Amino acid sequence: MTAVLEARGISRKFGHVQALDSADFDVFPGEVVALIGDNGAGKSTLVKAITGNLEIDAGEVLFDGNPVTIATPQDASELGIEVVHQDLALAPHLGPAQNMYLGREIMRPGLLGKLGFMDTGRMRRGAADAFRDLGSAVRSVVTPVGEMSGGQKQSVAIARSVAWADRVLFLDEPTAALGVVQTQNVLDMIRRVRDKGLGVVLISHSMPEVLDVADRVQVLRLGHRVATYQAKETTIEELVGAMTGALDRREDVA
Amino acid sequence: MSNDDVTNAPAPRSPDPVAEQSTSLGATDHISRARDANRNAAMDVGDAQGPLLQRLKGMQSIWILGVLVLITAFFAIKAPSQFMTGDNLINIGQNLAIWAVLAVGMTFIIITSGIDLSIASVLVFSSVVSALTMEKMGGSGWSTAAVGTAVALVAGLLWGMLNGIVVAKAKVPPLIVTLGTMSIALGFAQIITGGLDIRSVPTELQDAVGYGRIAGIPVIVIIALIVVVLGGILLHRTRFGLYTYAIGSNEVSARRVGINVDRKLIMIYALAGFLGGLAGIMTLAQFGTTSIAGNSLTSLNVIAAVVIGGTSVFGGQGSMFGTMVGLFIPAVLQNGFVIIGVSPYWQTVAVGAILIAAVYVDQQRRAAALRGGK
Repeated sequence: MTAVLEARGISRKFGHVQALDSADFDVFPGEVVALIGDNGAGKSTLVKAITGNLEIDAGEVLFDGNPVTIATPQDASELGIEVVHQDLALAPHLGPAQNMYLGREIMRPGLLGKLGFMDTGRMRRGAADAFRDLGSAVRSVVTPVGEMSGGQKQSVAIARSVAWADRVLFLDEPTAALGVVQTQNVLDMIRRVRDKGLGVVLISHSMPEVLDVADRVQVLRLGHRVATYQAKETTIEELVGAMTGALDRREDVA
Repeated sequence: MSNDDVTNAPAPRSPDPVAEQSTSLGATDHISRARDANRNAAMDVGDAQGPLLQRLKGMQSIWILGVLVLITAFFAIKAPSQFMTGDNLINIGQNLAIWAVLAVGMTFIIITSGIDLSIASVLVFSSVVSALTMEKMGGSGWSTAAVGTAVALVAGLLWGMLNGIVVAKAKVPPLIVTLGTMSIALGFAQIITGGLDIRSVPTELQDAVGYGRIAGIPVIVIIALIVVVLGGILLHRTRFGLYTYAIGSNEVSARRVGINVDRKLIMIYALAGFLGGLAGIMTLAQFGTTSIAGNSLTSLNVIAAVVIGGTSVFGGQGSMFGTMVGLFIPAVLQNGFVIIGVSPYWQTVAVGAILIAAVYVDQQRRAAALRGGK
């Protein structure tokens, strides 16, 4: 089986800081890969670089085994790759339904649609279904997102990405701001998305969460992938060791 | 710590109490029950209330509408025989028509968190080149009027596009761009005319549009009404309107989802410019002359009306209905003060005070919404 998405030798410098140093990464269809690493290890940078949100200095990206150029978030979307960013990237004055369909509005059929009229009812119902499926705490699809709690905003951002991703879903610290129930919701949702055959990439600081949901764990340190583990065969100590460099176990050993 | 130590350790998989709890049976049960409760809870899909009512609810325009009603009631009680007459209402409408057309474009721009200080200069420039063209064509006849109208609309559109291109592509702040074009457009109008107003407006245009009435309503008011209604539909019902809000609300997220923000901004400024051109020809029809010196405060008055109506200068928020209420407050004050014999200069004082109060109340309301947003 080929990886649905694979990155080879990705490098990126910010001034004098080598944020990514020939980093490799891969995710297969129907698996959850956790991407872990200490602060500043380059996790978010790697995700941004792969998904067209950041230019790279060197390296290549393969999609289904073929080299591709993902220069903009739209390129990624067209391939079926979606990202839930840490900053969520929501429009605070718009409602959840409007945010979910922003840039992909359902238009009215016929002439009205051509004139720019949207099928608001269909989008609201679609959004309501999506939030219900996620067990989300979002109670209204029309209240401005800016007036919602952190967890509700998070579930809007996740629902949006889940709705449009059909190959790979990236989640950058999706549970950092969530309570117990909502965290479990997100993890359940991740499993469901995986079971649909998507590759799911989870960035997280919570080791128990990573071991709970991930199939494989890839560890970044100093902008480089230093280890890959099967989640079933590893322990928190081992992961922490790889993250901090206490275990100097290179990835060819893994 | 060696490799062996790690792999041979009893390996507590979940030292985190949260994770442990969630894997124990009782907690899982609680969680799934909580989740079921979430699933079954009612979802507000916005159908319960009428869409209009719902948008009005909690908007600043509802509060400011109350102010307008109070002002109107005050004058109606003070001078019932003069104020609350059909003629006087039509009079107010006539005074408002041109500002209303400008305010429609301004509402779009301010919702994107921009501003257009140049709109009155665009009006003056458009009316000047239009009047000049009609003068050269002999100054009378419907075909002359038609060409003059086209010239005014195109002139306005071009100024608007220039504003939009510099704002979107050169990334110069809108305040600076339109402060610049405010000067430039007015300067050109003065250069072209030597500063003297042009009076060669076809009588047909003045009679039909300037003084004409359909079913008792001045044509100029009907034109403004059509522009306002179409502008409202465009803003509140179409994708173009939604993107206007999205850009003002969070430009980065608008770009991330693939909205061509630059193109949209250019279109929005061009729309405002086009409406400036329309207002230019309406000025000629209504007054029979250009008014080069008479529009120095027009842009600021239009901005004040839009902001009083609840459109946020920080972007992402506003409504066409609010803008209309914001337009009526100064117009009704002006009209009412004249009728009850108060110096109309008090109108400027009152409008300034209402502007500040309106924004203050709006900010308090928004802060409250954020606090109660759990």
